[in-house]
Amino acid sequence: MSVKSLIGAAERTSWLLVAPLVAILAFFLLLPIATIVMVSFWNYNEFTYFPDFVLDNYLYLLTSKVTLATYLKTLKFMVLTWLFCTAIGFTVAYFLAFHVRTLGMQIALFLVCTIPFWTSNIIRMISWIPFLGRNGLANSALIDLGIIDQPLDWLLFSDFAVVLAFVHLYVLFMVVPVFNTMMRIDKSLIEAARDAGASGLQVLTNVVIPLSKPGIMIGSIFIVTLVMGDFITVRFMSGGQSASVGRVISNEIALLQYPAAAASAVVLLATVLLMIAVMLRFVDVRKEL
Amino acid sequence: MTTGKATKKAGTFSRRTVLKGAAAASGLALGSGAVTGFPTIWAQNIKDVTLRQFGTGVSNLNEVAAKVKEDLGFTLEMTALDSDSVTQRAATQPNAFDIADIEYWICKKVWPAGNLQAMDVAKIKNYDKIVGIFKSGKLTPESTIAQGTAPHSVGFVEGMDGTKFAKEETGWMTLIPTIYNADTLGIRPDLIGRPIESWTELLNPEFKGKASILDISSIGIMDAAMVCEALGEIQYGDKGNMTREEIDKTMAIFTEAKQAGQFRAFWKSFDESVNLMASGEVVIQSMWSPAITAVRSKGIPCVYQPLKEGYRSWGGGIGLSKNLKGLELEAAYEYINWYLSGWVGGFLMRQGYYSAVPETSKNFMSADEWGFWFEGKPAASDIANPQGQVMEKAGAVRDGGSFYERMGRVACWNAVMDENQYMVRKWNEFIAA
Repeated sequence: MSVKSLIGAAERTSWLLVAPLVAILAFFLLLPIATIVMVSFWNYNEFTYFPDFVLDNYLYLLTSKVTLATYLKTLKFMVLTWLFCTAIGFTVAYFLAFHVRTLGMQIALFLVCTIPFWTSNIIRMISWIPFLGRNGLANSALIDLGIIDQPLDWLLFSDFAVVLAFVHLYVLFMVVPVFNTMMRIDKSLIEAARDAGASGLQVLTNVVIPLSKPGIMIGSIFIVTLVMGDFITVRFMSGGQSASVGRVISNEIALLQYPAAAASAVVLLATVLLMIAVMLRFVDVRKEL
Repeated sequence: MTTGKATKKAGTFSRRTVLKGAAAASGLALGSGAVTGFPTIWAQNIKDVTLRQFGTGVSNLNEVAAKVKEDLGFTLEMTALDSDSVTQRAATQPNAFDIADIEYWICKKVWPAGNLQAMDVAKIKNYDKIVGIFKSGKLTPESTIAQGTAPHSVGFVEGMDGTKFAKEETGWMTLIPTIYNADTLGIRPDLIGRPIESWTELLNPEFKGKASILDISSIGIMDAAMVCEALGEIQYGDKGNMTREEIDKTMAIFTEAKQAGQFRAFWKSFDESVNLMASGEVVIQSMWSPAITAVRSKGIPCVYQPLKEGYRSWGGGIGLSKNLKGLELEAAYEYINWYLSGWVGGFLMRQGYYSAVPETSKNFMSADEWGFWFEGKPAASDIANPQGQVMEKAGAVRDGGSFYERMGRVACWNAVMDENQYMVRKWNEFIAA
């Protein structure tokens, strides 16, 4: 057998081996996205949508001031959620990884973190509503303690409530990857830093944070994609008063404006991909895993 | 369709005998005043029929399905969806249903999609007794027709396959009316403490941060229009079919109010409106009749406040899928006739809705219930809902009074406008503002 045909055989085997994955991705990922892109150029009326090639969907989307306002609002939610999730997630992971000594305890406490996630996230979100309401637990407690005289209206149906719910829902997505990367940090590196005279803060900023970056980045990707695509949390926690990109899409679908919804989805997809691409420029997740 | 067996069996009889049997049986049953079961050949075939009905939760009640099984012998599968999903299914999935229970404004939207077939009124036994609103558009001969998508304006087509709505009764009905009501604002009298008489109160700064409106664009815009008109800010040609300029003005007024913090929340589903009201987050808002009842049944005072500018009304009906034929189609007609024969009407009226044929419903209600719900008389004893839960104490009077007082003061019907797409965009801008 010649060398050439041997390579040919090996290549064929490789192709064969990746074929199932390619087929799955093509069928369940590429094909639906291609369909969405295609439909985004279609036209629609009151009750149906039909093949066409119109740019109106994009034209309206990209020139409407609602789109801008909606994206800014969604980005605001995203940035705030990310900020709080990262701060809380990092702290929790740091505590678990470096302050809890035994592995058994670490696992036990980690599982404790997941307990709220045993219920559906809709239930977790909705349970905030009676708690934060005008006559809710939070307000009555504050009034009873004499801290305030009038119930605080901004606790519920406000941007505050939306961000609070997001942080509560998604913080675990930050804890897990950060905890995971922290557990891989060689403890002797920290000892070495100490021996070299680094203060606690210096160890944190020069050793722990740089080495936890891939975890933070993975967590950030989760949070960015989850918040950017959300439609239900914003609706419930803002009392329907705030728009988000996801809500716009869900409204369009509800009104049978599939092509408009598809165009919105394509723009959202592009935005999120762009954001992730930028994030990946900062940290090479693959290299550092 | 789930009736392979039934159609095969039907083959053993000639179609004619089956139909004759059915007609005779139903005629007999109606004639005797009690619609219970259809004996003979018909019953044998029909019990294998399954009809799939979908609609909003309002009238898609399991009790109805159970009673159909008991009275007519066949199976009715109910699916309850929100009004957006209902529109979607009626417009895009003709094979997913046999009977569509939709609102008249939805009918205007989805009828041209061609998924429904018109009904021959000759086969509708109680057609003559159907309330005038659904036929001539007039409740009484003196009534004026309200603005919006009045049911009679989309209630008839020229023929079985007609796609254009007819101006008057033609003998081919798009939907058989089943349920309707007049909507207004719901208030918490205990938290407001003074009489409320006008739609303008929704934007009264007194209720800043304590008002709500529903976020279903086609209905919300109508409530908004009632307010703007009552304020004297806008004179509408037709609130149910606004011009772009009217839409812009309406939304400008509401956007300003929103930004000033007038609204506590916007609601989209029935239970959201109940929670907002029951928790005291909101004291005045757009509301639906059963939501008021739900708040009251928690022991919290809540009034469906009649307002001097009148009501915003809505009506629903059942339509038949284009794909229905043969035995299933006959079963569907039987179902419609049964629907109008009184039991369902009584059931719905005891929840505060109105039936399309009130006089048959009367037979299925006690004199006291009829007096309270329909005639607006004080209840002689406690009024219970069909589930047996007490809704009103003896002596109570229905908010808004009698059927004729309430339905006679309709200012506008739920509608879909020619400028619907423009309106939806403006509404989305309002929500995002």
